[in-house]
Amino acid sequence: MAELIFFIVFAIGAIAGSLGVLLARNPINSAISLVVGFFFLAGIYVLLNASFMGMIQVLVYAGAIMVLFIFVLMLLNFRDDEIVDAKIGFHQLVAVLMGVAMLVLLVQTIFSTNFVGSSLVAESVPQGFGEVAGIGTALMTTFVLPFEMAAVLLLTGIVSAVVIAKKRV
Amino acid sequence: MLSVPISWYLVLSAILFVIGTSGVLLRRNLIVMFMCVEIMLSAVNLSFIAFSRHYHDLTGHIFAFMVIAVAAAEAGIGLALIINVFRHRQNIDADQMNLIKG
Repeated sequence: MAELIFFIVFAIGAIAGSLGVLLARNPINSAISLVVGFFFLAGIYVLLNASFMGMIQVLVYAGAIMVLFIFVLMLLNFRDDEIVDAKIGFHQLVAVLMGVAMLVLLVQTIFSTNFVGSSLVAESVPQGFGEVAGIGTALMTTFVLPFEMAAVLLLTGIVSAVVIAKKRV
Repeated sequence: MLSVPISWYLVLSAILFVIGTSGVLLRRNLIVMFMCVEIMLSAVNLSFIAFSRHYHDLTGHIFAFMVIAVAAAEAGIGLALIINVFRHRQNIDADQMNLIKG
């Protein structure tokens, strides 16, 4: 019961935060709305016994990536008359209709799926599921190759971002 | 029985994904379009973690972790590209980036 209440609150918060990105006129408002949405999404992760991923979502996604977005928005320094205004036209209507159609398709697929093994899976997860120790062990034993490749990818990303953003190479 | 079945989490993931897709299609500001791509990635992360809890398998968490790492690298490079575009064009309106149009 408590899980249901928390889920509804966090779900409404996440959806509202995401809709705020769409509907806000000023891009800074979009960024702040997305940060709020990510916090609610991290709450949902904790509901799903994914406490480590919830922490990573707040630290990395809301705390580093969105801060980077806000840095760049402040760097570009829009004046009030430079903010691009939304157009309401035929293309926008088609986009909304396509979004609604995709949502209907996805929801119909979800509700017509018989999730295999749902009667075999016990209700409570094993002790320490989704906590730091379990994920750390998995990352260092079964998934050590993706882990190291992610490190190389991040190094490549850092070097590329510096090279691309330089004024004179 | 779980009080919140997994299909509800997946429907939430679908809603967030569709919001992100509509944002990429509707908005013209390049940075806001990029933020909507991040919304889509977060929605997929939620789906991974919901399935991971459903099947008691930590693989979903590892996938979501890698998605976040890739999103971080992609955000850095994408924003560097957007800064470059702004330096040349002085605006980041996607509708005006049509030099490739025939």
